[in-house]
Amino acid sequence: MTKTWMAGTSPAMTVEKIVPARRIGRGYWAGVGRRLLRDPVALAAAFVIIGIVFAAILAPWLGFADPYRGSMLRRLRPIADAVYRLGSDELGRDMLSRLVYGGRLSLLMGLLPVVLAFFVGSAIGIVSGFVGGRVNTVIMRTVDVFYAFPSVLLAIALSGALGAGIFNAIVSLTIVFTPLIARVAESVTTQIRTRDYVEAARVSGAGPLAIIRVHVLGNVLGPIFVYATSLISVSMILASGLSFLGLGSKPPEPEWGLMLNTLRTAIYVQPLVAALPGAMIFVTSIAFNLLSDGLRSAMEVK
Amino acid sequence: MLVYTLKRLLYVTPVVIGVSIICFLLVHIAPGDPLSAILPADATQELVEQMRAAYGFDRPLPVQYALWFWKVVHGDLGTSIATGRSVATEVMRAVGNTLILATVATVIGFTFGTFFGFVAGYFRDRWLDKVASLISVLGVSVPHYWLGMVLVIIFSANLNWLPPTGAGPDGSVAWRPDLEHLRYIILPAITMSVIPMGVISRTVRALVADILGQEFVQGLRAKGLREFGVFRHVVINAAPTALAVMGLQLGYLLGGSILIETVFSWPGSGFLLNAAIFQRDLPLLQGTILVLALFFVALNLAVDVVQTALDPRIKRA
Amino acid sequence: MEALNAATLGRDRGGPAQPLLSVRRLVKHFGGRRSFSGRGIRGAVHAVDDVSFDVAKGQTLGIVGESGCGKSTLARLIMQIIPADAGEFLFDGEVVGAHALDLVAYRREVQMVFQDSYASLNPRLTVEETVAFGPRVHGLSQRAAIARAHDLISRVGLDPARFAARYPHELSGGQRQRVNIARALALQPRLVILDEAVSALDKSVEAQVLNLLIDLKSEFGLTYVFISHDLNVVRFMSDRVLVMYLGKVVELGPSDVLLGAPRHPYTMALLASMPSMDPDRRITEPPLFGDPPSPIDPPSGCRFHTRCKFAAPVCAATEPVLAEIAPAHRAACFLATPGSGHPQAGSIA
Repeated sequence: MTKTWMAGTSPAMTVEKIVPARRIGRGYWAGVGRRLLRDPVALAAAFVIIGIVFAAILAPWLGFADPYRGSMLRRLRPIADAVYRLGSDELGRDMLSRLVYGGRLSLLMGLLPVVLAFFVGSAIGIVSGFVGGRVNTVIMRTVDVFYAFPSVLLAIALSGALGAGIFNAIVSLTIVFTPLIARVAESVTTQIRTRDYVEAARVSGAGPLAIIRVHVLGNVLGPIFVYATSLISVSMILASGLSFLGLGSKPPEPEWGLMLNTLRTAIYVQPLVAALPGAMIFVTSIAFNLLSDGLRSAMEVK
Repeated sequence: MLVYTLKRLLYVTPVVIGVSIICFLLVHIAPGDPLSAILPADATQELVEQMRAAYGFDRPLPVQYALWFWKVVHGDLGTSIATGRSVATEVMRAVGNTLILATVATVIGFTFGTFFGFVAGYFRDRWLDKVASLISVLGVSVPHYWLGMVLVIIFSANLNWLPPTGAGPDGSVAWRPDLEHLRYIILPAITMSVIPMGVISRTVRALVADILGQEFVQGLRAKGLREFGVFRHVVINAAPTALAVMGLQLGYLLGGSILIETVFSWPGSGFLLNAAIFQRDLPLLQGTILVLALFFVALNLAVDVVQTALDPRIKRA
Repeated sequence: MEALNAATLGRDRGGPAQPLLSVRRLVKHFGGRRSFSGRGIRGAVHAVDDVSFDVAKGQTLGIVGESGCGKSTLARLIMQIIPADAGEFLFDGEVVGAHALDLVAYRREVQMVFQDSYASLNPRLTVEETVAFGPRVHGLSQRAAIARAHDLISRVGLDPARFAARYPHELSGGQRQRVNIARALALQPRLVILDEAVSALDKSVEAQVLNLLIDLKSEFGLTYVFISHDLNVVRFMSDRVLVMYLGKVVELGPSDVLLGAPRHPYTMALLASMPSMDPDRRITEPPLFGDPPSPIDPPSGCRFHTRCKFAAPVCAATEPVLAEIAPAHRAACFLATPGSGHPQAGSIA
């Protein structure tokens, strides 16, 4: 076997200085982060969310009025009132304070179910997708049964059955979102499972756990995570919706959906004040959606 | 085509059974004795035992399920505890109202959604796209029950153009398509249409942008086809998926109408569900959820079949 | 760095005469429905049907055939990625899968380089992480695995200082394929399967990678199974050539003999199909007519008879056996085998 033509097959013989490639900042997630930072819409959304979250967490130390203390004399004051900067609600409580404190419960009830569903749904979907075959079919068909309910209906049915309360609402929303995430997780895992590099890993003699840990997870969690972020706004609207119906948080807790409910009759007296809690839900929801969209765009570029 | 439909039907059957199991179990995961909703607190033990036997709560769970399932298959969804009327009739009447509302809302949402979607897709990344996409995001992010309240504030409380609640004058229980009732459906339908509008708009934008980027479109233009002709091709390619999404949205509206119906006191299935929950009227609750879920499953199946029929690329079984 | 070929030489069991890989009566069918009348499975894809061959140590066996002939399935069967329906493998005399040579040990002996250089690299891992993965799985410490990875990266012609920390999307096609080769060699195999490993590369890059493969083979004492549809490349690389058609071996022999003077009509047609700039070699009619029949329920008798210009009645009736027609040269054809019942048997050389 004689070697033919082409010279220059030897290792890089250039005489340039050997510069070790920088590890930090060149990986996939670093690229995603950089692209996100250059997206003004996503950045603005992120700031809004951070602002709301921080205000909610630090509320007790930020000098707001007591959200529980009402005054029968100063009920339903308008916005830019002398005492209440954003008006007062039907029991005379400071709206600004209730809105900020309300963020705590509303965000908790909106975010926690998605976080829980992310872990549970991903576990189910990834395992099911990786194992494949009959097991996959059985698991996914079971998931399909829950998927056969429209989300709102299932959430309300479960909440209605379990009874009102924050804990029950979180449980029922988690149950609603887990099948959605499990489906996406299974779909992505099944695609990745057939890729050549997974086969190559198998050929190297690696066991399934090592393959999942090194090759599958890194490639699968990204898309699942993006999908989960797109569910946050739905979760917030649903959670507040449950409270609006009386199935979530209970008075006198400040929570945006509940506040919308109790202020309903006030729309004829102080419409602007009555609409405020819903505006908060709206703004937060928009911000999460914009951020999720930005994240998806940032991740699409290879 | 027929074979495909039958296959899908077969595929869906275990799901339907699963759905019925969940509906059945819902009542039983409720804390507390189901009987406590039916009987007053001071009922005698004897009466409690009698009612328990009458409702069949003393039998083992699988047997209860089988009995319940048997009755459901024969159209008997039980009797409402609150009103004493047949659950089936109540639910069907209510579903009818919701269907009207949801259909109108879906049509409105589809119309505006495809419009915004096409604008966004055709003028991709230009300012028109940004505006149309912004509208879509707003549509998808809005808490619709709040939007209902806002519209009521503006159009009822302030301007007094439209009624705030109800399906018809004098609190009529069913909506009829006549001039009198027209005013009542406007606000609820618009409120309900916003989310489907947003979803359809986003979907159509992605579809249109994707289709326009394909090479065959360049080929069409290169051979001299006018822009309207190209547009027709885009529409034909986008139609199956867009219609599928519309169908699914209709399903979501059917099942998830409770919030808007509560705001507008629209006498639909959602409103009924609300009443059932708060009155702990378990047979009504069970029956309503079952019917709504089954509607959703049937709708999904129909969408699936229609999409397969319309899209020549999907291989028939 | 360690003498990698010394490590592999130490594992040699049977000496130079024993074939490194023996494949015996390999069968793989996909799908198909069980016939109700009990006649077995109908509608199955006969991907590999009763294939047997040997690969001698230090040799390169080239496997050629059109798309759908079963070469890639064969590669995956050899790698034990998919289970065979029937047949056995002998590696250096030991049965694969038996106690003496279980799957994990076999994996250290045989490795594969895939065709799609991009899809065969995990986009989230750096080059050194990808190459080090195999050794890590087999127990090497992180430091030792990375060290071996760096060594191999340089041996395949890439400077570790510049390339070790790169991601696949930062490499060109040729560089990615070198990484794939490094990854395959990381486990110190003795046999490397190259499944269309250069088919997706530009011609100039292809030449570089082929020369690299030749260098590595002598450096590490490797044995190759080289699968390709490109006859020029196969001619360049192989000592022996195996021609497949619809899941069967039709001809097997030394590469210069087989490609210079083929005996099976299919091989003749393949060679005649190669475009040539030589005005004396112009042909007016296509050497092969028709489309390859579907591998589902293949033709009776000799599977090639529907497209063969020498076809005779005996070809449709009976299936030819892979018979020796010259020393170390076998063909499954009635035409090539004298006394087989074919009217022109033995006359075409």
